[in-house]
Parts: sequence; structure tokens; C-alpha cells
Amino acid sequence: MANEVCFRTLHLDEPWTLESYLSVGGYQSLKKILTEKIPAEDIIEQVKTSALRGRGGAGFPTGLKWSFMPRHSEGQKYIVCNSDEGEPGTCKDRDILRYNPHQLIEGMAIAGYCIGADTGYNYIRGEFWEPYSRFDNALKEAREAGYLGDKLFGSDFNFDAHSHLGGGAYICGEETALLESIEGKKGQPRFKPPFPAGFGLYGKPTTINNTETLASIPVIVEKGAQWFLEHGKPNNGGTKLFSVSGNLKRPGNYEIDMGTPFSELLEMCGGMKDGYKLKAVIPGGSSSPVIPGEQMMDVTMDYDSIQAAGSMLGSGAVIILDDNVCMVNALARLSHFYQEESCGQCTPCREGTGWISHIMHRIEHGYGKQEDIDLLDKVAGDIMGRTICALGEAASMPVKGFLKDYRDEFQYHIDHKKCMVGPGSK
Amino acid sequence: MPQANNELINTASREDIDQWVAKYPADKKQSAVMAALRIVQDQNGCWLTTELMDAVADYLDMDKIHVYEVATFYSMYEHKPLGKHKICVCTNISCMVCGSGEIVAHLEDKLDIKMGETTEDNRFTLKEVECLGACSGAPMMQIGENYYENLDAEKIDTILDGLK
Ligand SMILES: Cc1cc2nc3c(=O)[nH]c(=O)nc-3n(C[C@H](O)[C@H](O)[C@H](O)COP(=O)(O)O)c2cc1C
Ligand code: SF4
Ligand code: FES
Repeated sequence: MANEVCFRTLHLDEPWTLESYLSVGGYQSLKKILTEKIPAEDIIEQVKTSALRGRGGAGFPTGLKWSFMPRHSEGQKYIVCNSDEGEPGTCKDRDILRYNPHQLIEGMAIAGYCIGADTGYNYIRGEFWEPYSRFDNALKEAREAGYLGDKLFGSDFNFDAHSHLGGGAYICGEETALLESIEGKKGQPRFKPPFPAGFGLYGKPTTINNTETLASIPVIVEKGAQWFLEHGKPNNGGTKLFSVSGNLKRPGNYEIDMGTPFSELLEMCGGMKDGYKLKAVIPGGSSSPVIPGEQMMDVTMDYDSIQAAGSMLGSGAVIILDDNVCMVNALARLSHFYQEESCGQCTPCREGTGWISHIMHRIEHGYGKQEDIDLLDKVAGDIMGRTICALGEAASMPVKGFLKDYRDEFQYHIDHKKCMVGPGSK
Repeated sequence: MPQANNELINTASREDIDQWVAKYPADKKQSAVMAALRIVQDQNGCWLTTELMDAVADYLDMDKIHVYEVATFYSMYEHKPLGKHKICVCTNISCMVCGSGEIVAHLEDKLDIKMGETTEDNRFTLKEVECLGACSGAPMMQIGENYYENLDAEKIDTILDGLK
């Protein structure tokens, strides 16, 4: 069955209203925790058992992350939700905000309870006006109904949340850049350590989680860790939202069990549009290495399986490349993106992303030199491991991936000054 | 240099900014700078002037330089006048695969301008943007607060004709 967790209101008429959310059991998990006084440690244990891993891209175990917080120490702490959703291919958090905002609020409140925070911020990318309005309205509804505020459900727990709108910068999805941005600064990632659990927003202990991660929490509490775990497989718990894009009959967001074969997901999307053949798949957002289509047909959609195939589940953005796509054009576009979005703090990333983009432009437009292919590989390799944040890696991995399986298309561009496939080949 | 005059920010904008200021701790007014810049940009039509940025600095007790840094770091702040409707076209990977090239060509052709330019009558500006997080609706564009997805030439004509 699909749509059982983050999308559980999707079948309803106006899925985003408080009324809709209450009709599927909304805010009952928070109520149960607070009225039965379930210790935070127990909830954190449940989240660990559920094998929920961060849905923002890195896949870090959520329960473990929460356990790093000094929850018993005095003073302000924060829970921050990352709705910056900028990784090309990814469009799932937008639909959680649009169609099930209350579940995210409940998830933030439960997270706040677990880490000892009474305040949450949801960082929503600036272009997401409709999702922001839905979320903000939901905050209002929740406050009026007493699901946010002081002494929730008669307990000692106070919690309120606010939204913060971004201004158009992919790098603000990186968690420490995001904190800088909330503080009203340029979104430049911080050097780590210290980690946010010790020194986060305004210098206070902070946990940052992705929208989908937090929106999954109320259902884990309601149905139990085991239920969630069994929807996936060991170490890869739960259901997952996949944003599928490309020339498919029914592209869209699909919430399915972790471990579902890719071939089944493709079927849910109605298969390829008439006249298009599957060529390759970028399985986890633009930063994840591309996998040839045939190989992908044997992969299941979970962290471990996609990693074994040489890529990453990342944000769950499944970008379908068809037989009309020239891999040189595709990588040139992505390289341009990373150059544009590098914040410029680290020389290897700033210069390296510029260089990659420049070389790719050259090859794409027929000025490529034979040595360029090896040069690309080297420049990409030289960025990795030498930067403050993971954008450097994010820019390098696609280069390595495209060169590994599609080197012939790069060679063809250099030899014939045009594309090997697609409209550009004529 | 004359002191920035925060009278430049009108009452409605100030009320709006104050609501954002209230979300953050009392001594962290600077957190509202992104919202404040967006609000005064909207008040001014579609772009920021130095005077407006200075007024924001004044209003939030910030150094001007820190306001300029923010205003130039994020792509949604504009520093020169644009057409009445800013058309942001995504050309990133999913949109590219689904034909954003043809969308761009159609828009450039129809409006008789290139990406980054404004029509002579100041009605439209075309802007190329990175992924806007609506990839399964590719190809897509944003005009004002609205997203338009699954575009084709015909749909674009209808959308543009419907704009005031
Ligand atoms: C360049 C870059 C961009 C990122 N963009 C996002 C994003 O848009 N949304 C997100 O949730 N995480 C993003 N991340 C990952 C965050 O840094 C962080 O790991 C995540 O929000 C943690 O939440 P999770 O553990 O629930 O996944 C990005 C990381 C990098 C390096
Ligand atoms: S790796 Fe790139 S984006 Fe990340 S901090 Fe360094 S320069 Fe900025
Ligand atoms: S690639 Fe165009 S909206 Fe994501």
C-alpha cells in the first residue's frame, strides 16, 4: 500500500486542514506522549528501532542524532526543520507542506519534546509561497486549537514553531548555512566541529532534520517502531517519498516501502512516455552518480541497495534520463548549477566547480580537447575531501558517475563536435 | 552621507516586518532581514535600491554592509528594475530533460527578448533559474508567487494572455 505515512491525508478533500488531519488521528501521538508522560528517552529509542534515517540526503539515523542533544542541560535549545528543498530533482517536501502541514508540526513538537526544545523554526525556500502559506495557516490553526503553545495537553511542555523564508540559495539547504541564514546572514556553511548539537542556532544546541524525517515521526509513535521498520528492511526502515521526474507517463511523488524494486516504481509511473526509452537513472538527486537503466532494473529503492550499485539514495529524487538525453549536455547543466551555487568560501570548491563547468561548456560546444576528459576527472577528484561542506562532493560525484559509464559520449563530442544521441546529434 | 530615512518603509511594510521580528528572540532582530528585504522589494515594485537597503539596516539596527551582503547573496533580491512580471524559467536537469529548451525558445520568441532581458514595454522580464522544486511537473516556470507546471507553448500563451 502506498501513502501511509507523510501522505496519509492525500486522499481527503482538503488534505491540509486541521479537520482533515484530525480525521486520520492527527495530534494523537503528541497527546499520548504528553498525557501518559512517556519519557523522551523511550521515544528516542523507538525512533532508533524504527531505523528512520534522515530524508534530507545524508541518511543519518534520526534517533541517534536526537540522542546527541544535551536535553537535560539548562538553557534554550532548538529544533529546526529543513524545507529548503533545492537538490535538483527533488519536490517531495513541497507536497508535505502543501498537503499535510499539520503532521510536520506534530513531528516538530515531538522532536522538540525529545531534545528539550520549546521552539522550532521551519526554513522554507523563498520560492515556495503556496507551501509556506499552507504551513503558516496550519501553525495558526494549531495555535488556536491548543496544539501549539504553553502547557500542551495539560503537561509542563511548551512548544511553538515559526516559519522562516529563504531567499534563493541552494547552499542554504546545508544545515549550518541554513542556521546562518536564519540568523540573518549570508548562507555560508560553518566549519565543523562544533556540531549543531553543541553550537547551533544563535549558538544554542540545535537539531536539524528534513521535512520528511520530521513528518514521519507522528506515525512512528502511533503505529510503533516495528510497524515502520517492517515497511522497509533492516537499517532502511519505513516508507520513503520518491520524486520521480522525466519523460514518464505519470511522473510524481510516490510514497512507497523502502526496498521496493525500481522496476515497480517505474510501473507506478506508468512507464516511459510513448516514444521514449529508459537510458539511465540519477537515483537520489542531482548529486548522486548516474546508474545505467539496465542495471537500475535490478536495484531496489533503499539506501543499501542503491549504494551497492555505486550511487546514493540521497533525497529520493529519481531523475529518469531517456534515450534522447545527451549525457554531455546533462552533466554540463549540472556543472553549471554547482558553479552557480558554490558559496565561494573554500578555494577547491569555488575554483573547482568553475573549472568543471568551464571544461564541460567547452566539450558541449565542440571546443573540447582530448586531455579534457582526464582533466575533468582530476579536477573533480581534487575537490573531494578538501572542503568545508558537502557541496564540493556533490559537484564531483556526478562528474565521476557520468565519466564512468558514458565516457564514449564525451569522446564523441570531442571527436565530432556534436552529440552522439538526441536532437543535438543531427 | 545622509542618514538613511526609514520613512521610506511604509506603514504596511513596517507592520509586516514587525510580525517577522516577533518570531525571533528579542535580541535577534537581524533574523528578520531576509523578510524585510523581500517586503520592501515588493513595496518598491520588484527591486531594491540602496536607500531601501539602508532603511532596512536602520529599521533592524544592523550595519549597512551586513544588509548589502544578504541582499547580494540571495538570488531573489533584484538590484535593478525589471518588467512588471518576472518570469522565472527552470532549466535544471528534470526540466531540461522534459523540454525546457523549447519553453525558453518559445518565450524568447514570443516576447522578442533573450533570457535576462526585459520587454520594451516593461511588462515582462525573463530570468533563468535553478531547480524550483517542482521537478515532477517539468517543464515549469514561476511568475510572481505562482508555479506553472507541465508547460507547453500553448499553455504559456494562455498564461501570459491572462496576466494583467
Ligand atoms: C549543498 C547541500 C544542500 C543540501 N540541501 C538540503 C535540502 O534542501 N534539504 C534537506 O533536508 N537537506 C539538505 N542537505 C542536508 C542537510 O545538510 C542535513 O543533512 C539535513 O537537513 C539533515 O536532516 P535529516 O537528517 O533529517 O536528513 C543539504 C546538504 C548539502 C551539503
Ligand atoms: S564546499 Fe563550496 S559551498 Fe561548501 S562551504 Fe566550501 S565553497 Fe561553500
Ligand atoms: S529541475 Fe526544474 S523544477 Fe526541478
